[in-house]
Amino acid sequence: MVVGGLTPQAIAFGFFTILTLGGAFGVVLNKNLVRGAVWLIVSLFGIAGMFVLLSAPFLAAVQVMVYIGAIGILFTFAVMLTRSMTNMRQRFTTQWWSALIVVGLLFVFLMSGVIVPVWGGISPEQAGDVVATTTDLGVALVDGNQFVLPFEVASLLLTAAIIGAIVIARQHEEE
Amino acid sequence: MVPLWMYLAVAAALFCLGTYTVLSRRNAVAVLMGIELMLNAVNLNLVAFWRFQSPLNMAGQAFTAFVLVVAAAEAAVGLAIIISMYRSRRSVTVDDVDMLRW
Amino acid sequence: MDCINQLAQCLNQGGMDSGLAQFISIFLGVVLVATFPLLVTILLIWVERKFAARIQDRIGPNRVGPFGLLQPIADVVKLLSKENITPAGADKPIYNLAPPFMVAAVLLVWAVIPLTPYHFGVDLEIGALYVITVASIGTLAVMMAGWASNNKYALLGAFRVVAQLISYEVPLAMAVLIPVMLAGSMSLQDIVKAQYGMWFVFAAPLSAILFFISSQAETGRAPFDLLEAESELVAGFNIEYSGMKFAMFFAGEFMHVFTNGVLMAVLFTGGWIGPFAEQAPLLGLIYLLGKASVWYMISLWVRNSVPRLRIDQMMDFNWKFLVPMSILNVLVIAFLLQVIKQVGLTPIDPNNFIQNLPQTVVLLLGNVFVGYIMLSWVRSKGRQARAADEAKKMPAAAVHAVGD
Repeated sequence: MVVGGLTPQAIAFGFFTILTLGGAFGVVLNKNLVRGAVWLIVSLFGIAGMFVLLSAPFLAAVQVMVYIGAIGILFTFAVMLTRSMTNMRQRFTTQWWSALIVVGLLFVFLMSGVIVPVWGGISPEQAGDVVATTTDLGVALVDGNQFVLPFEVASLLLTAAIIGAIVIARQHEEE
Repeated sequence: MVPLWMYLAVAAALFCLGTYTVLSRRNAVAVLMGIELMLNAVNLNLVAFWRFQSPLNMAGQAFTAFVLVVAAAEAAVGLAIIISMYRSRRSVTVDDVDMLRW
Repeated sequence: MDCINQLAQCLNQGGMDSGLAQFISIFLGVVLVATFPLLVTILLIWVERKFAARIQDRIGPNRVGPFGLLQPIADVVKLLSKENITPAGADKPIYNLAPPFMVAAVLLVWAVIPLTPYHFGVDLEIGALYVITVASIGTLAVMMAGWASNNKYALLGAFRVVAQLISYEVPLAMAVLIPVMLAGSMSLQDIVKAQYGMWFVFAAPLSAILFFISSQAETGRAPFDLLEAESELVAGFNIEYSGMKFAMFFAGEFMHVFTNGVLMAVLFTGGWIGPFAEQAPLLGLIYLLGKASVWYMISLWVRNSVPRLRIDQMMDFNWKFLVPMSILNVLVIAFLLQVIKQVGLTPIDPNNFIQNLPQTVVLLLGNVFVGYIMLSWVRSKGRQARAADEAKKMPAAAVHAVGD
């Protein structure tokens, strides 16, 4: 079905782009940090939608579960526990204009790299139709020749992060 | 089919917005939010390239999963540090944390 | 869904654009799948109140309509006619968004549930993971509700609720892993089809119990209902909600409990499987709803019989008992599945009941083993605690005896 020259995939892409970039603008510009956390969640949801469009449903589900279900809530808790909230009159540091210039230059540089096709070979228009499935991802993560070592190291990293976060954020009773 | 450069453009824009957040916000929690945006832009880039260049090789998705894990771990530890900072100095403005020892 | 395709062809022949016809037919399918649980919820309000009343040796609603069957309609009319008060200082967009998110988190689960062999919303290849993912959106809604109410007690209530919800997601996810392992696929339709030979509740009863307990905790059902303890904490995080928004939280909770029953049925007791389910799909739906109702009745029974746990007891129970047990369960079952494959006891035809028996017996023994280990560990802990209590009481008892 083509509506005004756009396929359903293009409409979905446009919708998720609006979510992602709108959420990111909300994170940059908000005065109320709790609303900022909500905008961050909107942006992360947009990214999950893009993962679905890119035939990576497992990553999309993990993105929602880890980022939105855990990290989004973590940010909300942190905002509330540090009382850094509503009506911040001074959102930006005094050097915000130089940051803006640097970021603008970075954006121009990245966009020129994106639009000028520096990656020869497969034309970006043709994405192959044969895609590896979630089963292949599961096999890749435990296969001895593929990614079992980074997988185990990642679990060690998570254990260290859990213990570290608990130790750092613990209230010390000796005061 | 949406061409590759559109996904990369969205990822670039997201990365720049994240960088601006990190560089110019005064609140430490907002800075961490910017870092999360940057890591998500990287993830989007990885998955877009995986889909268009080598959809049969699982390296793209596996790498993205590991970046996600690292981002989650780093957000947790970063927020723990911020909460600890708030407890000892009662402030989370990045300008106020300028001495290594209180 | 085949009747969806036929509708599209019918509209197409009537002269409509084929893409538009498909869009309309899919849209109608979505509306049907989303309306069905909402309608069931209306019935559930009545069932819940009657059942609770009978357990408590009273009659329950019997004035409105025959046997009180129109009571839910009276409830809905009452809630709709209440004034929608928004507290001063509440963050309005977040305050208004929280109830729909809560209901959405439950409705979205129905999209992947296989209702009959041929009818389902969508057969995602990651169906089981999607179910757990959507559950975490509900957590977000609670947080938003607690914060946006601009009320200290609502916020405190929301903190405790969120702590409980994210803690119990861990054993929930690990309990869902077992049917996925046994079926070899995350798609819910495949999990149901893999139970032709033997229902998973016989092969992995410990996982069924784990899933049941965790899903009760996820919804906030007794004994984990500290969240909306009606007799304490002044109704918790939804204290500032009135009228239709409160009705959404209320209906969302009932729907969630029934959805958990449906998930128990799909994951562990074979979903739509039953005699003649393939020939008459409607029978499959009836079997599914029947099995879900049995699990729902069990959860209602538990709810009306046991006292409430304190929040620290809840957290202890989760992190010190359920999580180790679920991890041990996954390890033992994965190991046993490989052993079964090596020994050669894997059923050649997975649909045959007799061939599934040896595998089931081995897995059942593994479950009993894990359960025995955990329970004996809990028992030794209990003995230590009791011995410590006795030791503390001993000097006092001696002093008391001397003083007489």
